[in-house]
Amino acid sequence: MKVSNLKQSHPDTPKPKINWARIEEAEDFANTVKLFRQGKYDEDSFRRYRLQHGAYGTRMTNDYAMVRIKLPAGEVYPHQLEKISQLSEQFSIGNAHFSTRENIQLHWVILEDVSEILRGLAEVGLTSREACGNSVRNVMCSPLSGVCPDEEFDSTPYALATARFFLRNPLSQNLPRKFKFNFTCCEKHGMVRMVDVGLIPQTRDLDGAIQKGFKIFLGGGLGNKSFVGYQLEEFTPEEDLLYTSIAVIRIFDRLGDRKNMARNRMRYLVNDMGWEKFQNLVLKERAIVRATQSVITRLDIDHTPSIIKRPIRISDESGSSIPDGYTRWLKTNTLKQKQAEYSSVFITLEAGDITSNQITSLAAIIREFSSEGHARTGFLQNIALRYVHKDDLPLLYSKLLTVGLAKSGALTMAAPIGCSGTTSCNLALTNSHRLAKEIQRKFLELKLDQDDDLCDSSIKISGCPNACAQHGIATIGFFGGGGRVGKEMYPNYQMSLGGRSDGETILGATCHRIPAKRVIPVILKIIELFKQNKKSDDTLKDWIHRIINGKEDSEIKSILDIRKALDLLTIPPTKEEDPDFYTDYGSDSSYHTKTGKGECAA
Amino acid sequence: MSQEKTIKTTTDIDSLRSEIRDKSVRVIDVRREDDYKHSHIPTAVNLPLANLLSDDSPERVLKLVNAMGIDDETRVVVYDDTFGALASRVAWTLEYIGHSGVSLLETTFSNWKSLGLENDNNIPEIQSKEHSIHLKPEILATSNYLETSKDKPNIILIDNRERLNYLEQHIPGAISLPYRTLATPDKILRPKEDMKRLLDNRGISGNSEIITYCGSVGTLSGLAYYALKSVGLPNVKLYVRSFKEWKSLEKPIAKQQDAHYWDLSAE
Repeated sequence: MKVSNLKQSHPDTPKPKINWARIEEAEDFANTVKLFRQGKYDEDSFRRYRLQHGAYGTRMTNDYAMVRIKLPAGEVYPHQLEKISQLSEQFSIGNAHFSTRENIQLHWVILEDVSEILRGLAEVGLTSREACGNSVRNVMCSPLSGVCPDEEFDSTPYALATARFFLRNPLSQNLPRKFKFNFTCCEKHGMVRMVDVGLIPQTRDLDGAIQKGFKIFLGGGLGNKSFVGYQLEEFTPEEDLLYTSIAVIRIFDRLGDRKNMARNRMRYLVNDMGWEKFQNLVLKERAIVRATQSVITRLDIDHTPSIIKRPIRISDESGSSIPDGYTRWLKTNTLKQKQAEYSSVFITLEAGDITSNQITSLAAIIREFSSEGHARTGFLQNIALRYVHKDDLPLLYSKLLTVGLAKSGALTMAAPIGCSGTTSCNLALTNSHRLAKEIQRKFLELKLDQDDDLCDSSIKISGCPNACAQHGIATIGFFGGGGRVGKEMYPNYQMSLGGRSDGETILGATCHRIPAKRVIPVILKIIELFKQNKKSDDTLKDWIHRIINGKEDSEIKSILDIRKALDLLTIPPTKEEDPDFYTDYGSDSSYHTKTGKGECAA
Repeated sequence: MSQEKTIKTTTDIDSLRSEIRDKSVRVIDVRREDDYKHSHIPTAVNLPLANLLSDDSPERVLKLVNAMGIDDETRVVVYDDTFGALASRVAWTLEYIGHSGVSLLETTFSNWKSLGLENDNNIPEIQSKEHSIHLKPEILATSNYLETSKDKPNIILIDNRERLNYLEQHIPGAISLPYRTLATPDKILRPKEDMKRLLDNRGISGNSEIITYCGSVGTLSGLAYYALKSVGLPNVKLYVRSFKEWKSLEKPIAKQQDAHYWDLSAE
């Protein structure tokens, strides 16, 4: 062995329990791209293949792809992050993007390099397989599962087992459309009614023994048309989890719409058929699945508890003062766990973006501070470091500060979601991505993250009517489009108010069209109206909720009243008065809508 | 193909250490003078890249080479602390004036030190030598050359800057191969098989004439020049004045249109 191969690794770091990768898929992908380029593979079959392997198309070009790395249950280990950092520098733009579905995305990758990324991912046990296309997408789990004070039990092992069962399973390779599972910890922290299958862990007393199970919601989903999911039954025992999942997928596979691309998610099937009929079908199908298993099929659930071991460090208590901003950060970015002395720390990124250097630093910080030795990605384009000992929080804060990862407001309205928009997506009409960043900067500048009245509200911005940023469940949601004055166009957003994804899930009510360059003033105006009319212990979320339900008695009683109060802000100036109005964020030329073909429906 | 001595593109650490022991090599450290004076690989001489670039005419380079005690037969190994890019630019310059025995250290000085390997601050006494001059125009691309030949079918033009810079503007027809792609975490160049597969996937192989360029002075593209040489590609040229000159000459520029990719950056 050569001297140069003797670099030390990190012997103590916990390793992931599951290897999601198959190295041969990298080779196969490289060969398929070659065949495609030689014209030996038709466009449609190639697209299906590419998406099945997690490579999504890119705006206005066939030369690039976005590689979506799946992190089942959001779990990611330090050495995996280091690899992702390296891959992003080598094959992407030196940045990576944390999505709302616990994936990490690498943008602007040359199609011929995708196989190299798959190879790199395989080295650390990760895959992008079935991250796009008509398959079971990344199985999500609340970043607080296992540590949430309100949960009945930790659903993480079930999420991992479900992901493992369906990955590469022929049952789910060619569904009518994509299919999403969300596990959560409790009502408050999950998003179970806005997904094909949403699951909340619960227990019941069965003749003196505690039985584990789930509350299962079916047929929800956000998109051009959104639906709230229905609860299948009072209680689904854990041994029925897999049978139920198989039954639902079989029904969708059999009856889902394969023709009309705009209506082929399962929620349309449920809606067209009516819930009761669908529910009946699922229960029947489940009985068949249960009865006809020639070999007993079950989820391979690994209940081995994670090892919680506070990392050893040489303490330096002498001159270490707590940096400015610590209290603000502690308040808006951390949650106490059910395990005494431990907190979960949320890192917010501007619209989910992080540089490759920051990813490398993050890996080191996880090793140094998380007693479970890995991180979890969240639903908000963010990352959670769990099992941080309370005594380590100030030091962690200063470390995060030095690498630019200590932005406050992670768990507040000051962490807006923006889909990728015109930065890379073929369907986008506006630069929703940049707008989310601009809003975050403004909120932090105005210290609105510290405002208790705003902390349970949210802002989500999609760049088109499809709902990748989940605008329908935002307190203030936006989706992009084009506005027009005579021959001139300007970037515009449809704004909805009052959406939520908790126990009282409801889609936001349409309020107004807001020009892109007026979105920030409009949000601030809404906050101002709220402050003028709020009751003493009101939050913005509660206030809007009352307005939507016709239960508000102040000056602003309806969405229409809010609309009227905003009218002045939405009037377009002439191009001579304000040329900037006619450009989108990140652009200095006149706005025009331009889209390519979507891939969702491929 | 001309009959050339087969010199490996990179020299591994173990070989360099024994060559140093045997006094059979001239080691060139291309970092800044202060860094060099602080510590360097034993026996190394200092040629800061900036010094070379202040005037890299063949006549001047010849003087510098002579002063470093290098003649036509001297074996030379170059290193830097900038993932091999600066070292590559110096090595290429030596090659251009006709030196045939130059290669790059496989790793950076930081990595060398982090492995606990020898370093000191002794400045060696050098006896000047006489190098001949046999320019190799076949490894140099000028803007005129590029303009007249870049659309020929068998030419591959490679941009080694980072992807976002490439998307923003590049020489028409160029393909993007960011310099980071060429390395591994502890080596300035990927292992040969790895590099070959990567380049094969991108259609960079066989008998094409390949021209590399980067932002300004041919460092990143210098590294790419050696990356391509390392897998045995026979016909590689460096557009040494790179994109900076191309732009200043107001030559045509291509851009990835209608996408706000810069806003994906967290910088």
